[in-house]
Amino acid sequence: MTTIDTFSDGRKLRRATSGTPRTLTEDRPQEKSKDWAQASQNPPKGAADGVQAKGGKPSGLRTISRAAWLPYLVPVALVIVWQTLSSLGVISDRIMPAPVAVVAAFWERLLSGELVRDIAVSGARALSGLLIGGSIGFLLGIANGVSKLSEQLTDTTLQMLRTIPHLAMIPLVILWFGIGEEAKLFLTSLGVLFPIYLNTYHGVKNVDRDLVEMGRIYGMSSWSLFRKVIFPGALPSIFVGLRYALGIMWLTLIVSESIAANSGIGYMANTAREFMMTDVVVLALVIYAVLGKLADVVARALERWALSWNAAYQV
Amino acid sequence: MSSYLLPSAMVWDAFELQERAYFPDGTEVRPSAEPPVLPKAPAGLRLRGVEKAFGDNRVLRGIDLDVPAGQFVAIVGKSGCGKSTLLRLLVGLDEPTGGEIDFIDDGGDRVAPDARIVFQEPRLLPWFSVADNVAVGLGDGVPKAYARREAELVLEEVQLSEKAKEWPAKLSGGQRQRVALARALVSRPGLLALDEPLGALDALTRISMQQLLTRVWRELGFTAVLVTHDVTEAVHLADRVIVLDEGEIKLDLAVPQAHPRRHGDPELALLEGQLLAAILGES
Repeated sequence: MTTIDTFSDGRKLRRATSGTPRTLTEDRPQEKSKDWAQASQNPPKGAADGVQAKGGKPSGLRTISRAAWLPYLVPVALVIVWQTLSSLGVISDRIMPAPVAVVAAFWERLLSGELVRDIAVSGARALSGLLIGGSIGFLLGIANGVSKLSEQLTDTTLQMLRTIPHLAMIPLVILWFGIGEEAKLFLTSLGVLFPIYLNTYHGVKNVDRDLVEMGRIYGMSSWSLFRKVIFPGALPSIFVGLRYALGIMWLTLIVSESIAANSGIGYMANTAREFMMTDVVVLALVIYAVLGKLADVVARALERWALSWNAAYQV
Repeated sequence: MSSYLLPSAMVWDAFELQERAYFPDGTEVRPSAEPPVLPKAPAGLRLRGVEKAFGDNRVLRGIDLDVPAGQFVAIVGKSGCGKSTLLRLLVGLDEPTGGEIDFIDDGGDRVAPDARIVFQEPRLLPWFSVADNVAVGLGDGVPKAYARREAELVLEEVQLSEKAKEWPAKLSGGQRQRVALARALVSRPGLLALDEPLGALDALTRISMQQLLTRVWRELGFTAVLVTHDVTEAVHLADRVIVLDEGEIKLDLAVPQAHPRRHGDPELALLEGQLLAAILGES
């Protein structure tokens, strides 16, 4: 142990002792190097925390920055490779525009105000579709989970309709509604309805029967039983449905905007295709990716807040 | 009035005798500092020819039983002897197929059923805090401030005041069961039914819980009906132990020893032997 004490540089020593995470070496103040011998036997509290936290609550500066940049390493590297290949002329502009060109297209459309308008239109369509379809799916899921009669009446029908790919309805929808807003609203609503219905129904069905009996014993009214026991019990499953529905929501919107629209991001991409503006087409893809990610982040945050009682969400 | 002033006077004597004990999680079992809210009058029971059949299976075959208000009765017996079924009938979770169950006051007059039950599993709502879980016991439409105060009082009773704002997931098994007990007691029921409430706990926690149960019962003065398969637990807690066998009362044994009782008391061990013999059908 005395030989270890002779090291003046704590880093060298820490690297020599295997089994402790490297990331922690830089966190230790130099003046504490005298304690290293002991510390290597009993890792400092911070060390244990750092290992257990798994990115949840990193203990050191370096751990924070690494957790923050690591997920973006691959996308950034891809963009760099992509840009290099475009600059070298390996990839033709007609097939794939350079990232710089996409950024330029973004900037141009942002300044003209077109982009903001298109995003707002698409966002509004997506959200109203989610709201309408989601509400119907949620209400049906609750009703069929709670009431035997309602379940017998509608569940088989819903399960049957669910198996039809909702995008297969496009020809019919265009005949019904033309290419107006109703068509896109209808398709998006239909798309999000089923995942939310299925997961709500499943969630309600799987609420702990013992808790429901407990609620009855304590004289809860039906509404109170729903509010205090059934709904919170089904909530984790409902969130799964919501996040699944968000994916379907964007998918449906993209398809329906590409087929029949005169505004929105899908329309922007489709018009650009006609003029061979690949940079705008790619820009549309990037925006979809960002919006999709954003929706998921919001849903996750909502989930973490609403399910904070659940051990899986407690830090 | 005197009916419930009497037990609470006894409570204070009992405090002097109370042994100190600790839950395995470190919480001290201590006599509470303040007298609790005045308990309601306990409710006794009168059972006449109570039967319960599920199809052809006659689980209870004519039970006659009188439980005076404030008594602690334990029901023991083999699995499937009908003890849990009987308890479910008492608290109105099931209807008897024959006979009558009446709640009575200490004058023998019928009163409205007023029972709560604690199960083997705590059945807490994981999305409610400990205090909100306890407030469930007060029923719907209770003013928030009142519910909070009552929950605090009864949590003090089970020595979990400091956990009032925690999620149930953060508690140990014994603590969760104490929350379930608090929820059952918050409305001050006349009768508390306990369906193997300590069955899922480890041995040390169980002993602490037994002491807590005895103290709470003596302080609040409710009638207690405990179903258990643990004969030691039965003679330790109850004034009277009933052995149920194939839906009939086989033995009705008084346990006269004063509370609090010590584990390993030879007199209790004798009673235990007697009960075990009856349950196992030895002569």
